[in-house]
Parts: sequence; structure tokens; C-alpha cells
Amino acid sequence: MNAVAAAISRREGRFPSAAPVQAHGNARGVPVTLRGLAKSFGPKQVLKAVDLHIPAGQFVAVVGKSGCGKSTLLRLIVGLEQATAGRVLIDAEEGRPSGARIMFQEPRLLPWARVRGNVEVGLDRSLATSERRLKAQDALAEVGLDDRGDEWPAVLSGGQKQRVALARALAGHPRLLALDEPLGALDALTRIGMQRLIESVWQQQGFTAVLVTHDVAEAIALADRILVIDEGRIAADLPIDAPRPRHRGDPALAALEGRILDRLFNDQGSGI
Amino acid sequence: MSDTTLQTAAEEAVDKSRSRPLTRWLPGSAIGWLVPALLIAVWELLSRLGQIPANVLPAPSAVAAAAVRLTASGELQHNIGVSALRALSGFVVGGTVGLIFGLANGLSALSEKLTDTTLQMVRNVPHLALIPLVILWFGIDEEAKLFLVALGVFFPIYINTLHGIRSVDPQLVEMGRIYGMGSWELFWRVILPGALPSMFVGLRYALGIMWLTLIVAETIAASSGIGYMAMQAREFLLVDVVVLSILIYALLGKLADSIARLLERLSLQWHPAYRR
Repeated sequence: MNAVAAAISRREGRFPSAAPVQAHGNARGVPVTLRGLAKSFGPKQVLKAVDLHIPAGQFVAVVGKSGCGKSTLLRLIVGLEQATAGRVLIDAEEGRPSGARIMFQEPRLLPWARVRGNVEVGLDRSLATSERRLKAQDALAEVGLDDRGDEWPAVLSGGQKQRVALARALAGHPRLLALDEPLGALDALTRIGMQRLIESVWQQQGFTAVLVTHDVAEAIALADRILVIDEGRIAADLPIDAPRPRHRGDPALAALEGRILDRLFNDQGSGI
Repeated sequence: MSDTTLQTAAEEAVDKSRSRPLTRWLPGSAIGWLVPALLIAVWELLSRLGQIPANVLPAPSAVAAAAVRLTASGELQHNIGVSALRALSGFVVGGTVGLIFGLANGLSALSEKLTDTTLQMVRNVPHLALIPLVILWFGIDEEAKLFLVALGVFFPIYINTLHGIRSVDPQLVEMGRIYGMGSWELFWRVILPGALPSMFVGLRYALGIMWLTLIVAETIAASSGIGYMAMQAREFLLVDVVVLSILIYALLGKLADSIARLLERLSLQWHPAYRR
């Protein structure tokens, strides 16, 4: 199985064939390259020598069982953790990526700042106040909350808070957006709405997106490419060529979902 | 039948919310004064009926008369001013030092390792137990009162500031870092607002200790102030002045607490528990 995985992950670099990167009007994404990336917490090795290339503007979903190291991978990419070995190159450069934003499972809004103030946290500090206000308002409009700027976060619903968090992440026009199970705490209907929203802003802004999720259906609905992580390695690297917008319940996608789930639950590698 | 009972209950509820006699006649803040006013009325009545001897507890009217008498002589204003100044200066000194240590120890592990053990040991000595020593050091001058009030105020401010900073959500701090906040911005926008509710608990607790300390200090060793006025009055068996002093302490304490509450409500508007 590991041989298969290695073979698949070696296909990196030639990947963007199916990705609709070219479709983006202003492709602002950055390519991300991981070389021999490893991370240990004490004696426990969470990631073992991961090699990966994500072309600019690609939407990659990372799935895996809990504890497989997928969140750690994401935190390493955005510079929230220091790698034990190996390198993270963003736009061929090392170091903390300035154009990267991350969205967490919790909205992490400042309860003492109004909605607009929270969105302004995502903006460049050097901007003038009036410009910040305008940009924050634009970002709020993008997530459909333009009339809620003066509210306290406490009065918003879970889905609305997460939309504010998305607006905050988008406000600075990131070139790389990392999403760490951002929809995990939402109800099923809200989640579908948020998936569509994330897909549409990604298509408009053209950033590189890395989504960590435990929901395989979500990964298939959104991603150009799915990485299956198992025991700290990339166990499978699958392109999703289906045209967008993707229909939920499409039989071909459902079959793919079944195969990925099989892969996650018995590591026999049934035909992937 | 159950339908009709439901309906009447609903109608009653509507009627209640429509009339609510108490809130209609009095603004919200005045309701709190209803019980004190009632107590004073009953007290006056019982005194007039001779149920409470005047040498045990003079009637409210007698206390009011004492207030008028002392105001006319200027004694009352002078003593209130002296006491308030002592309370305030002790509070400012102790509160500032407490705030500085609380912030330093909350933000820096080194500072905490260095000072927290010492501070916790000192905290376990009741500060009023130091009165004999303080009198030896400072006599009965202003320094003695200032020292005691400052010491009493220090600990609630210190401990609650420290606790407030400790309990700031680390996820928010991480978020701030990712979004490029420097240490200063992180402090002003994330850590301080997050610690504020706990700091206000410390503030209100400190105000209570401030008055308590001042009363004890002024009663034992002072040559002016409300506590001194009460002790003098006791010498001359002027019970009305003693009662007046106690009432003034109650009013000043309430005033300080109201100011703290107002500040709390202004700065914690975002907090669902403080919203009206």
C-alpha cells in the first residue's frame, strides 16, 4: 500500500491538468511545496517525510481519520508549527507566509469587537481607517452579511459567525487559504450553504486552498484533488475532475466517495 | 376547558406586562431604594412610638438633624472629604501596584516565578493585623492609612488581573498572531479586553476592602475623618452622630460600587451578561 501511495504522490508537479486554475480571472494563488516534511511531538511521529506540490490556485482537500496528522500538516503549511525536519516552500520561498490565512473549526472572533471590527483584524495595519472600513464592508458583503457589521458576534448564529471568520480571512485577499475543518461544527444545511460560498469565493479570488476535513463528501464537492493521509503519510492522491458546480448525489461522485471511505477504513487499497 | 384556562393565563400574562405597577411608577434604578426607604420609615415610626430608646438608636429625623448641624459647622464635609481622599489615594496606590504586578506576572513567566511566591505569602497575612506595626512606623498620620488601604486593595486587584490574563482564550491569542498582530496590538485588542471581566471583579472586591480598611484604621488611629468623628461622638455619647457616620459609610460604599458598575457596563457592552 505504501508503495502505491508513494507512486501516486510522485505524480506531483504534473498535476494541474484537470484543475480549473486557468478559469480564474485573476489567479492570485501561490504554489506550495513540501519537501521531506516531518513533525514529531516528543516520541510520537505525527508526519513522516511528506513530499507534496500544490500548484497555484488549486483546491486541495486533505482527508483522514482523526489523529492521522492532517491538521498538523495544515498548521505546518501556514507556519503555526515548526517542522522537525524538511521544508515548506510557499511561492518557492521559505519562512512564515505573509499572504496565508487560516480558518479554524471555531470562528475565533473577538467577542469584544463588533462584526466589522473583527473583519478588520484581517486587513493590513497600514491602511487608513476609512479604507479599512470599506474593505471590511466589502468582505462582509462577499459572505452575505453586509447588514450585520454593527452587531456583536454574540448575537450571531454559528453559521453566521463562521461566515464572519471567512470574511476576516478573505478581507486581506490571501494567496493561500488554509481551512481546518471550518464547517465541522455546523448543521448539515448550513454546511452545504457554506461549501457553496467557499467554492464561489475561491473561484472569484483564485487563491490556493487547502481544506482539512473529515467529511469525504465535502472534500469531493469542493476539491480539485484529494489527499488521503494515513499514519503520517500521504496514502493516496486523487484528482477530482468532475465539472463544477458539482451535484450532490451524482452517482460517479458517490462511487468515488465510497472508494475513499473504503480506503480510510480498511487499508487494503481497494482499487484506488 | 383546558383551552379556556390557557387563554386566561395568557391574558393575565399580557395584563401583567402591561400594567406592572412598580415599574410604571418608578424608574428601574429607583426600585433598589424602595426597601431602604421603607426600613427608615419603620425605624422612624418605632422611635416616635417609643419602641426604640433614643440612647440606643436615635430616630432617623434625629440623625438627619445631626447631619444638618454638622454640615452647618462644616465638620461633616471636612471629615467626608478627608476620608474620601484617604480611600481614593490608598486605592490608587494599591490598585496601580496590584495592576502592574498582575499584568507583569500574567504576561511574563519569569516575573511570575520571581514574585508570585512572595506575594502569596504576604497575602496570607491579614493586612489589618499589621495595624500595631503600622502605628509604630507611621504613627497616626496619613501614611498609616494610605499604607493599610493600599495593601488591602493590592491583592484583589493583583489576583484578579492575573487570573483574567491567564483565562484569556489561547485560541484567540493564536488567531491574533496569525493575523499579524504584534505584542502591543495583541495586548490591547485580545489580552486586555479578555481579562477585563475578571479585572472588574477585582475592582469591586477591592472597593469593599478599601472602605473596610479605612473604617478600621480611622476608628483605631486617626485625628480626622468619619471614623474619627464617630469615635469622638461615642466619647460624648452622641449616638446620632455615630449612626450618621455609619450611614455615611454605607452611602459612600454604595456610591463607589455604582461607579464601578457603570464602568463595567460601559466597557463590557459586548458581554451578553452585561447587556440590558
